[in-house]
Amino acid sequence: MTSGTPARPRPEPGGERVVLDAGDIARATTRIAHEIIERNLGSSDVVLLGIPTRGAFLARRLGERVLRADERDVPLDTLVGTLDITLHRDDLRRRPVRAIEPTTVPAGGIDDKVVVLVDDVLYSGRTVRAALDAVSDLGRPRRVQLAVLVDRGHRELPIRADFVGKNLPTSASEHVSVRLSELDDVDEVAIGKGGDR
Amino acid sequence: MSAHRYLIRGAAPLGGDPTDLLLADGVIAATGAEAAAQAGDAQVVDAAGLVVLPGLVDLHTHLREPGREDAETVLSGTRAAAVGGFTCVHAMANTQPVADTAGVVEQVWRLGRDAGWVDVRPVGAVTVGLAGERLAELGAMADSAARVRVFSDDGVCVSDPVLMRRALEYVKAFDGVVAQHAQEPRLTEGAVMNEGVVSAELGLTGWPAVAEESIVARDVLLAEHVGSRVHICHLSTAGSVDIVRWAKSRGIQVTAEVTPHHLVLTDEIVRGYDPQFKVNPPLRTAEDVAAVRAGLADGTIDIVATDHAPHPVEDKDCEFDAAAFGMTGLETALSVVISSMVLADDVDFGWADVARTMSAAPAAIGRVADQGRPLAVGEPAHVTLVDPDARWTVVPRELRTASDNTPFAGRELPGRVVATFYGGRATVLDGVPQERTA
Amino acid sequence: MRHLLSAHDLSREEAVLILDTAAAMAATQQREMKKLPPLRGKTVVNLFFEDSTRTRISFEAAAKRLSADVINFSAKGSSVSKGESLKDTAQTLQAMGADAVVIRHAASGAPHRLATSGWIDAPVINAGDGKHQHPTQALLDAYTMRRHLRGEDAIGSDLAGFRVLVVGDVLHSRVARSNVDLLHTLGAHVTLVAPPTLLPVGVGTWPCEVSYDLDAAVAARPDAIMMLRVQRERMSSAGGGFFPSPQEYSRKYGLDGARLRALGPDALVMHPGPMNRGLEISAEAADSAQAVILEQVTNGVAVRMAVLYLLLAGADDRAGVSTPELVKDSV
Repeated sequence: MTSGTPARPRPEPGGERVVLDAGDIARATTRIAHEIIERNLGSSDVVLLGIPTRGAFLARRLGERVLRADERDVPLDTLVGTLDITLHRDDLRRRPVRAIEPTTVPAGGIDDKVVVLVDDVLYSGRTVRAALDAVSDLGRPRRVQLAVLVDRGHRELPIRADFVGKNLPTSASEHVSVRLSELDDVDEVAIGKGGDR
Repeated sequence: MSAHRYLIRGAAPLGGDPTDLLLADGVIAATGAEAAAQAGDAQVVDAAGLVVLPGLVDLHTHLREPGREDAETVLSGTRAAAVGGFTCVHAMANTQPVADTAGVVEQVWRLGRDAGWVDVRPVGAVTVGLAGERLAELGAMADSAARVRVFSDDGVCVSDPVLMRRALEYVKAFDGVVAQHAQEPRLTEGAVMNEGVVSAELGLTGWPAVAEESIVARDVLLAEHVGSRVHICHLSTAGSVDIVRWAKSRGIQVTAEVTPHHLVLTDEIVRGYDPQFKVNPPLRTAEDVAAVRAGLADGTIDIVATDHAPHPVEDKDCEFDAAAFGMTGLETALSVVISSMVLADDVDFGWADVARTMSAAPAAIGRVADQGRPLAVGEPAHVTLVDPDARWTVVPRELRTASDNTPFAGRELPGRVVATFYGGRATVLDGVPQERTA
Repeated sequence: MRHLLSAHDLSREEAVLILDTAAAMAATQQREMKKLPPLRGKTVVNLFFEDSTRTRISFEAAAKRLSADVINFSAKGSSVSKGESLKDTAQTLQAMGADAVVIRHAASGAPHRLATSGWIDAPVINAGDGKHQHPTQALLDAYTMRRHLRGEDAIGSDLAGFRVLVVGDVLHSRVARSNVDLLHTLGAHVTLVAPPTLLPVGVGTWPCEVSYDLDAAVAARPDAIMMLRVQRERMSSAGGGFFPSPQEYSRKYGLDGARLRALGPDALVMHPGPMNRGLEISAEAADSAQAVILEQVTNGVAVRMAVLYLLLAGADDRAGVSTPELVKDSV
């Protein structure tokens, strides 16, 4: 899959501070995987839908850990999919037009399943709001949960995450960069100056 | 009367050594030192650095009156002509009603005389109503007060070979000439631009060069056969230049004109679908432009004629297919010729050639005895002063023509008409038209 | 990209983006819930100066699936023949709040005039102009080819290396012009096949090959063959007398059973519709398993959804798809 998303460059040292390193991210992911199994009494009814781009990679990482922890020997694609939310965004006409990412749903669909939305950062909540709309176009899940690697606060909608890798107090004048090795050659979360880009 | 006595100081005749000219009693009364000596109370016109030319003569002007006064009138068109340096224009016959009777040509002639800006010489239609079916009363028009000598169905081609032959023969009786709009009609049905690479890409119906060349070839052979003279309007293709060159080498009495726009613009400019560039014959290729420029320089093409064709805004502010053909040209013609010929390095073309192709030769073709004369004592005082070093930007609204459809909008052009004298009266001074006071 | 006027204006990247977006749109159309929200509150005007029910319906479906409001304005038969009317009509629609104008017009360049004359501000989408261009047709053709010829690897890919025949009345065909431009941009090798009377003067400069011999072109085993509609009236002297008879045209340039077999079973058989069965294409070819003619119609909706989305969904300053920053979430 070709993606229009460029890798996030690492700025000069000093411009940012790393708050999660590769080890932190791995531990947080593993913990969330266990929490998902625990909360849902197993994973057989669970579908992980990652929100492109980095949420999709996180969903795959979570999915691998869930299958391992739940001792299931099934293809990853039966548990994990992606959910493009572009067409449901509320800020389409405020930004340059966005490329649409693929939506892939496990063959069993989402009806009566527990859908866990996976994203890298929870901020205003608008992305999740769009994702909830997108999910309802795909079917009627029994329950929808939300897993994020980082919750940085500053919610603008009544939305909260069910599974959080790390709560990260930030100011609105800062920006949070999540880098994942699938795209960015490194696993880390960093805070820098400059607000929401 | 001092208002009609002018002492032009320091102007360069045809770009030569500067001299003085005294215009008095409608003629060039004196030149050189004599001019100042006899000047008396004449108004002095400082012409240092200016070129003086015989008043320009246009063989091909659409004044639109009668019928389309929303586009142009004899008054507005001739005032624009004076600003462009002209002292004589030939008013084309495709008015409404068509100038195909003595009555209509006399009306146009009188309107021109009353306006007083230039000598208006009506062109008579070759066929009744430009319908291409039977000859109009050419003799009556020739004998009228308008003394018509040029006959043309311009806008449409006299395509019937028998009718063309008859016309060529008939006008010999009064030393007339048929000016042919060379366009084979069947080859150009629905055509709106030159047929070639650009039309293929744009999906616009093409007007092939052969549709012009086949008529030019036929008509020079007809003229040879019947021993008549024939004039080719707005020649536009390299092939037509070759045919006319060949015909002249055989001694055929053929003359030809090229428009200013065909000296510079090519069909590439149509790519934007702007109807300001829709004209008939259409803008051709760069090779054609090179050929007509070379033909004008070597005398194969005798004259530059404007084909000034004003149209109201709504006839151009639309789809290309729906738009009218034509461009204005009276006020840009001299500058375009200076730009494309006089200042060009690849052709040998001086001020004497400008005078020949824009004054003397068109007057001779139209048999206008008192126009296009040398700048000599005793000759009629039809004189144009040009600033060769001036540069100006074409702004459609600032032109004197009643229509805005110039293809040169926004272009900077060299050379500006400073003054025009028609029969000794200053019709233009400092670039500004001078209304008649008396 | 502010407007879509000509396939010639599209870069390879833009074309691939439109095809990829169309693929995403097509995927949504497999769902029970086909309606998407991104153009909610936008008004798309279908301004048709020339009859084409199928193209109009396709654009209408595309706009509605994206939640736009659609106004259909059929100017055919009204007093629209002189120029000012195009301007007045366009300005009237603008005054009614059109966010985009989809225009079909018999005059080549009419969409270009609409987009560049300052008459209106809205994006203009060319739905076919005279003998000039029909860019969404070329896009849906390319989409259909890419889907079949690239299969699983379609997303992100172009048509490099594929060979396509375009057969028939090239002279009068906006479909042919658009396809030559777009297929060339996407890397395909195009051969136009037509009698010399139905090729424009100047075709030699186009980025394609030209052949008068359909059998030889078919024998070279192209990956796809696109048959153009031929109007029967072109045979009459009044219609231009471009070929002697329908029988002769069909014999020399029609896709019949024998030529279908010579093509082999893998070549796609395409036609922009509506077809003249028995003239440019036989029933056997049109109904064969390798014909994708109906699928072209289906794909037309997805491609037009993609075009409407890319032109209309962005910010009001219309930093269109040619703007490199296709922004993703930044957090």
